[in-house]
Amino acid sequence: MRFLRRWWTRIGNFSTGQQDDQRLREEMEQHIALQTAENLRAGMSAVEARRQAMLKFGGVGTVREDYHAEQSLPFFENLVQDSRYAIRMLAKAPGFSGIAILTMALGIGATTAIFSLVDATLLHPLPYPHPEELVRVEDDLPGAGATDAGISIPEWKDLQRSGIFQYVVLEIFGSANLTGASQPSRMQYEGVSPGYFAMLGVKPQLGHTFDPQDQTPGFTLDVVISDGLWKRAFGSDPHIVGRSLRGDNDLYRVIGVMPPGFRDPGRTVDERNTEQWAADGFLGDPRRDQNRSLRLPLETVGRLKPGLTLAAAQSQLDALVASLRKQFPDDYPADSRWTVRLVPLKENLVGNVRQSLILLLGAVALVLLIGCVNVANLLLARASARSREMAVRQALGAARKRLVRQLLTESLLLSLLGGVAGLVILFCMKGFLLRLIPESLPRLNDLSINWTAMLFALAASIAAGVIFGLAPARQAGRVDLAHTLRVEGRGSKGSTEQTRTRRVLVVTEFALSLVLMVAAGLLLRSFWDLYKAPLGFNPQHVMSVQSWLPSPNDPKTDIYGTAAQESVFARELLRRSRLLPGVREAALGSEPSIPLQHDGNPSQLIVEGRRAQSKQPPLVERSDVTPEYFHLLEIALLRGRLFNDGDNENAPLVAVINQAMAETYWRGEDPLGKRLMVGRGRVGVGLRARKTWITIVGVIADARTESLANASVPQLYLSLYQDTPKELAIFLRGDLNASAIPEEVRAMVQSVNPELPVYGAKTLDDAVSASLEQRRFSMDIVAAFATTALLLAALGIYGVISYIVSERTRDIGIRLALGAQRGKIMGMVLRQGLGLAMAGAALGLVGSVIVSHLMAGLLYGVSPTDLLTFAGVTLVLTAVALAACYIPARRAMRVDPLVALRYE
Amino acid sequence: MKETPDVLQGTLALMVLKTLDVLGPQHGWGIARRIEQISGDILALNQGTLYPLLLKLEQEGAIESEWGASENNRRARFYRLTRAGRKLLEAETRDWEQTAAIIARFFEVKAEDLS
Repeated sequence: MRFLRRWWTRIGNFSTGQQDDQRLREEMEQHIALQTAENLRAGMSAVEARRQAMLKFGGVGTVREDYHAEQSLPFFENLVQDSRYAIRMLAKAPGFSGIAILTMALGIGATTAIFSLVDATLLHPLPYPHPEELVRVEDDLPGAGATDAGISIPEWKDLQRSGIFQYVVLEIFGSANLTGASQPSRMQYEGVSPGYFAMLGVKPQLGHTFDPQDQTPGFTLDVVISDGLWKRAFGSDPHIVGRSLRGDNDLYRVIGVMPPGFRDPGRTVDERNTEQWAADGFLGDPRRDQNRSLRLPLETVGRLKPGLTLAAAQSQLDALVASLRKQFPDDYPADSRWTVRLVPLKENLVGNVRQSLILLLGAVALVLLIGCVNVANLLLARASARSREMAVRQALGAARKRLVRQLLTESLLLSLLGGVAGLVILFCMKGFLLRLIPESLPRLNDLSINWTAMLFALAASIAAGVIFGLAPARQAGRVDLAHTLRVEGRGSKGSTEQTRTRRVLVVTEFALSLVLMVAAGLLLRSFWDLYKAPLGFNPQHVMSVQSWLPSPNDPKTDIYGTAAQESVFARELLRRSRLLPGVREAALGSEPSIPLQHDGNPSQLIVEGRRAQSKQPPLVERSDVTPEYFHLLEIALLRGRLFNDGDNENAPLVAVINQAMAETYWRGEDPLGKRLMVGRGRVGVGLRARKTWITIVGVIADARTESLANASVPQLYLSLYQDTPKELAIFLRGDLNASAIPEEVRAMVQSVNPELPVYGAKTLDDAVSASLEQRRFSMDIVAAFATTALLLAALGIYGVISYIVSERTRDIGIRLALGAQRGKIMGMVLRQGLGLAMAGAALGLVGSVIVSHLMAGLLYGVSPTDLLTFAGVTLVLTAVALAACYIPARRAMRVDPLVALRYE
Repeated sequence: MKETPDVLQGTLALMVLKTLDVLGPQHGWGIARRIEQISGDILALNQGTLYPLLLKLEQEGAIESEWGASENNRRARFYRLTRAGRKLLEAETRDWEQTAAIIARFFEVKAEDLS
């Protein structure tokens, strides 16, 4: 209480600036008068009485200082005083302050931007309560070479009974045609077990969601929709609850609207953009078949029991799996080695981009550090200009601690101003920066510069201020008073120690820039290699547009249910496509046939004569295409034949495979004429496995249609006229008007069936560059950072060499007077610069080797110790250093010995 | 001037409070004089150090002050114990006596007492 009261008064005095000096003075005067009177009474002379009284009172200055310190808050008072002084000093040198603040603004702004990105993706990726309890459940069959092979319904029931989870939810993603709104459109939907929303712990903004109790065997026709769909298709209708919408011809009733910002924690952009959730019990049609070995490509997400660690949950799960394998040896053959893995949902979401993001954060931290070093350098240069001022102040009695504090205040002020400027720039550029971020970057949060980011910026500013303020402040604390004051008129000369500090700083700067440039160089080479890799198909002048045939829950209402029904439609679509303006060729395919857009949902493959190995068949990427597809994409035929129009529903089933598939399954054999069977991939479309043998008729060359980084992914193609894919892609080649095509194709498709949606129009060139966008994003940013770093380092070395030259003007003058050649003088200066650059490069190379090995996972086709990159970067750096030293070197060469000597 | 023993310096606040308690309102010089007298001039303090201490006690609310006329008819600041100050004094006194008693026992103790 007492303590608090004292502080309150002091804070009050401080903030009102109230200083009752008058009172103390009066009290002191009175005190001394009384003591003098007493002394007089004791018989002293008047003068002696007063002298003794003063002595007894003690040092008036100290008393006043103590009194004042007690009255107010000296720490803050000094701070205010120092800040005022600092502001005056900064305002007096606007050029210096401007450059320093700008450097810091750049560094802190960029760091904060990257931090916000990292915060939203890596640190807090899951916007749900207790995100650490959420896990994805993945089934592996290492014996069959399958990871995340899907789950069977009995296994799901086992998981629910296991006592490990609060909720275990199955999810099935798909898209449905939304009709009834102004334009038929595609909407991303998700069938989930009813516990889904309870598991994620998110409440709707309108209506209600499913409850775990709502479990029914099959689909319910109640749906929950996203805020986006509500706004887009229903104009934010407040009475939406109870209204119906039609998806793939089935009538659904809206029971709730999720709040804005709610997103499914899915693996792909499409999954995260889910707009409609339907409850599926996963126990009725079309999943009546509850065979243990029938793995459905469903996603399984669970919430662990509170307090259960991942390791404990995993070991309980392992025990369960072991007992199930013993109990059902037929369903779990030993050679398939069935295991179930728990993956933290967070890991699952951001595991892939962690390395890139950490690289970016590291890069931006380096830039900030280089910025700090540069400002420290500037401050040192100024400190030497101010060394006289410091010496004088110290001679007049300023404590060293006080001087150091004042200098630190100045540098902190600089960095805080820089931080504020950085944030302002960041806010202004927010829109632009957000557009740079690839959509495929997994994040569920909207990016914003929130309080965490602000706090981070503040912390970064303070840290930066201390880092770059420390060196000059230390120097100031060690000024040799006598020396500095004696060399009158040469106050601007720094000590040798100061020069040494500045050299060390420049070497650091060079080392850091080299690391950044090597990182950027390696990323650039990876990107270039990927970019230049032969695609194996020709994306130029090709566009793909998607449509989707409805697949209603009742197969009897499906007008495209059989291959015969669908091929009539497909042929008509093709015929009309060829009539579109500019179109020279047209082809149809299933969605997976669109290059670089594979949904990663492979089909089970059964190869004739190999079934003895395991009950668990291998999986293969599979697409359906019309005969024109290969010619349109210019994929080369290696052996056999391509499809023709005769490969229709009445002809024997045929398949075309790529070279990689031939290598994988028929190494050293002729695959032509071999037979295989495939299971259906997508669940939403039906689960019928093809029970008929399919004969391989052709082998095509490998193309990078699956992934740019990997040309040899086994691919299986079936004739579209013999299969019934629902998700269609229309391919067009010709002189296309990319902006008109979507509407033209829409009109064309809807002239055949007005209920069909048309979406996803894009040029394949765009698809190729889109699949590079994450790499390009990190490469661009790291390259920008590296360039900035190089510039800053060049400025740094320029500053130091100029300084050295100006300090040695006299020395150079004497040498010239004694007959030294000007060229030699220039060489001497350049050698000094080169020495610094070399020392920096040597240090940097060591750092680069470490960093490049850490980022090995981000590289493609280039080794982490790529000689060309390392040598090239070192050369560039050295060249830049020499260029930066050239200007001061020329100045040194042109020193006029007469002027230089007279200068003293 | 004699060195001021540290312990006494630390208890200056207690002395000030006790002086005010016994003698009623006093000005700064009066307090300083009394402390010297009572301590038998062993404790010759730098009288000036009293003023920051008085301010601290006042800001803590243990004493309050107002202007008044001194014996030589000049304006002087008189300090008076508040109710909180009296409580504080009692507490401090108890503490001090306890400490003193413990220390005293240590001085009285003999080797045979502990065997």
